[in-house]
Amino acid sequence: MASEGGEKPEVFGVERVAVTTRSYDWIIPTLRLLAFFATLAAALVMALNKQKKTFVVATIGTTPIQVTLTAKFRHTPAFVFFVIVNGIASLHNLLMLIVNLVGRKFDYKGLRPLVIAALDMMNVALVSGGVNAAAFMGQLGRDGNSHARWNKICDKFESYCDRGSGAMLASFIGLGLMIIVNIISIVKLRNHKLVNSSIVP
Amino acid sequence: MNLAKRIPIFLLRFLALGAAVTATVIMVTSKDTAQVLNMKFEAKYTNSPTFKYFALINAIASGYTLIMLFFPSKSSCGHLILVFDLIMALLLDSSISACLAIGQVGKKGNSHAGWLPICGQVPKFCDHVTGALIAGFLAAVIYFLIILYSLHKFLNIFNIKS
Repeated sequence: MASEGGEKPEVFGVERVAVTTRSYDWIIPTLRLLAFFATLAAALVMALNKQKKTFVVATIGTTPIQVTLTAKFRHTPAFVFFVIVNGIASLHNLLMLIVNLVGRKFDYKGLRPLVIAALDMMNVALVSGGVNAAAFMGQLGRDGNSHARWNKICDKFESYCDRGSGAMLASFIGLGLMIIVNIISIVKLRNHKLVNSSIVP
Repeated sequence: MNLAKRIPIFLLRFLALGAAVTATVIMVTSKDTAQVLNMKFEAKYTNSPTFKYFALINAIASGYTLIMLFFPSKSSCGHLILVFDLIMALLLDSSISACLAIGQVGKKGNSHAGWLPICGQVPKFCDHVTGALIAGFLAAVIYFLIILYSLHKFLNIFNIKS
């Protein structure tokens, strides 16, 4: 469709809205950046968590029999879930940051704040599940469970446990930041109006 | 607020109350004894801090839901109720994922850490914990529905005006 003069061209479904940046518009992107770094750090530290240790199992004569044991994050499904969920959350934060910086004027029928809030809630739920599972698994590894005859492993693999707890701490910080961002993006939805109500029956 | 508008949220909260109470009760009554090589081996929910956390969170959630059932819904404290609902849903979600992690170790064991599975010796305990987990999962899902409903009511997010 040809447009003349200073007419605003309206492409199908997309409206150009004039936006002005206010000083408190920088709160959400800053928090998202911090949350992105926190969850990325958690995912990377846990993914590269590995420790090898040789144990002397028995002694025959004078030669000790040694066994090399490796502790990897892949051995525990809870830690695998932790890495995956933190990866997803950091990707989500990165995507939201990019959309915030680049696609300011892009708003499909006013659905954008709704979709951002919904995705935020989903990621908060995922990260909270992942970090809690890893935290209780770590507690089991640190204290063992005498009733089930499960020995603790943290006294033998100290740096593995230390790195794991560091990753969990970073993920908890990222979770707190993401909760704040989620609450702010929900509050922004107050009296949210959808343009052209034809999409919702 | 007239009665017709209060029915959906009342129904949802009632379902959530049922699920949370079921989860607490099943977890607390899970007990099994096994005899292994002349040693008595008893499995209770207090053996693991994770299961204690699960029972505690579900007990708190059921108490909170019970109070909210009879709370008159005014718009003035609607936002506070929404925040508490969010916190409850997150706590429920975290408790079931922690229990799943520990339950998976109990069922399959962890050969790398030298942890043997215990479900073979105490099958009734394992079944009880599985049932409690299912009920807790239902409670978490219903709480997310409650959040969506509260969001719509207090923040008008699905308000459609052309």
